[in-house]
Amino acid sequence: MSALEEVRWDAAYNFAYLDEQTKRMIRRALLKAIAVPGYQVPFGGREMPLAYGWGTGGIQVTASVIGPDDTLKVIDQGADDTTNAVSIRRFFSRVAGVDTTEATEEADIIQTRHRIPEAPLREGQVLVYQVPQPEPLRQLEPRETETRKMHGYAEYGLMHVRLYEDIARYGHIATTYSYPVMVNGRYLMSPSPIPKFDNPKMQDNPAIQLFGAGREKRIYAIPPYASVKSLDFDDHPFEVQTWDEACALCGAQNSYLDEVVLDDRGGKMFVCSDTHFCADRRAEGHRGELGGDPAALAFARTAEEEGADR
Amino acid sequence: MSTSHDAALLKPGFTDAVFEAQAGFRALLDALAYAGRITTLEVSLDPPAPLDPATAAIALTLFDFDTKVWLDAPAAAGPVPAWIRFHCGSPIVSETHDAQFALVADARHLPGLGDFDIGEDRHPDRSSTLVIQVPALTGGSATRWTGPGINGSIEVAIAALPEGFWAQWDDNHALYPQGVDVLFVCGRQVIGLPRGVKVEV
Repeated sequence: MSALEEVRWDAAYNFAYLDEQTKRMIRRALLKAIAVPGYQVPFGGREMPLAYGWGTGGIQVTASVIGPDDTLKVIDQGADDTTNAVSIRRFFSRVAGVDTTEATEEADIIQTRHRIPEAPLREGQVLVYQVPQPEPLRQLEPRETETRKMHGYAEYGLMHVRLYEDIARYGHIATTYSYPVMVNGRYLMSPSPIPKFDNPKMQDNPAIQLFGAGREKRIYAIPPYASVKSLDFDDHPFEVQTWDEACALCGAQNSYLDEVVLDDRGGKMFVCSDTHFCADRRAEGHRGELGGDPAALAFARTAEEEGADR
Repeated sequence: MSTSHDAALLKPGFTDAVFEAQAGFRALLDALAYAGRITTLEVSLDPPAPLDPATAAIALTLFDFDTKVWLDAPAAAGPVPAWIRFHCGSPIVSETHDAQFALVADARHLPGLGDFDIGEDRHPDRSSTLVIQVPALTGGSATRWTGPGINGSIEVAIAALPEGFWAQWDDNHALYPQGVDVLFVCGRQVIGLPRGVKVEV
């Protein structure tokens, strides 16, 4: 294979960092995870060269899936240019020599922390989620032996009680991220801390969705075109967040918005959390209310230049 | 003693273990994720008889000392056990129920699906994965598959499966989330059938 003749990655490491036995073990876990959607498969998570909480699970999944011809995109809260995303992208350029991109459409593998890209995914793409706590019932039941039983017997009343308590206390379900979903009508699953805005994108998605939790050593998955239902009640149906504002830079009204403080006098703006989506729209000529504002433009330009520097 | 003789007859494994295993795995991931579609494993393997290239690639991609492997009679009779021991280091087991992976070289020799390990209610991942070689992945009697990984439904017509196989699959599917998963193999091609898929004959 030509990839061997011309080594494009740091040859001090095995391709994609992990040793082959570890990859085999993770690959077997991934296939089981695909076969039982939403079930958390235990795996022998390895020590990675970064701290738990920085995506060690996602990185191990990506390392086991990625090939030399794949193009990788990494996002952190939707942004391509934040610390976690930049360092993981640099890690894989170094240990796997793969091409990286910020364009959702061009990527074969997208590793994500806490968002699903706004642009629709296609068949053959792999979305790898970094998961801090894979067990949706953990805050309600700390014992693994018990939560495993609850999953075994599909005994999820406790979670419904938790959502009901939200309604009793606040008049609505107040959970806004890590909103629990039922996968293929069988397993209660944590979607990782994505905003509930992204939950509907998991349903019937043509891409393969893989979840890796490094500290908790669990892998789970959603195959393409699978049923993923956010828990709700007949009289309190699931709803996603909405904003009165549009994105201040690109004017998008259908994307997930972050609030950005502009000064110390209470000035603020809302911008797309998905930086690539926002930049694409601005390139197409869309402008938000601050799109012509010099400060906002400078802010956006700096972000783009930082992206181009890499 | 025929050790040296056996070694001379031993067929090679992957030429490039890292990249061929990666490509093999991606094909298997696609096959199980997009259930019912024909996926091709782009491998240039000289497999030991009676294994198809894809079957051998699955073994080299997924088997190691952690995986117990069961072989059907045609596979167990030839050079395959020695080949698996040498390249993968996997223990070969004689009981279907102990197997994490089962290689079925000839679908006519397929034991009942219920003889394999269906996993446990709290650990459905501890179940057998069956690799079943068939003469053709098309041209058999038509079946309609629905379930996760399938956009609506898909027509699959795997040839020469033993009589009563789909009735057994119904029972296996009814055990969900327990149950076995199947990879049908012919030549370099694979069709994945995870336990969550419902099959109508």
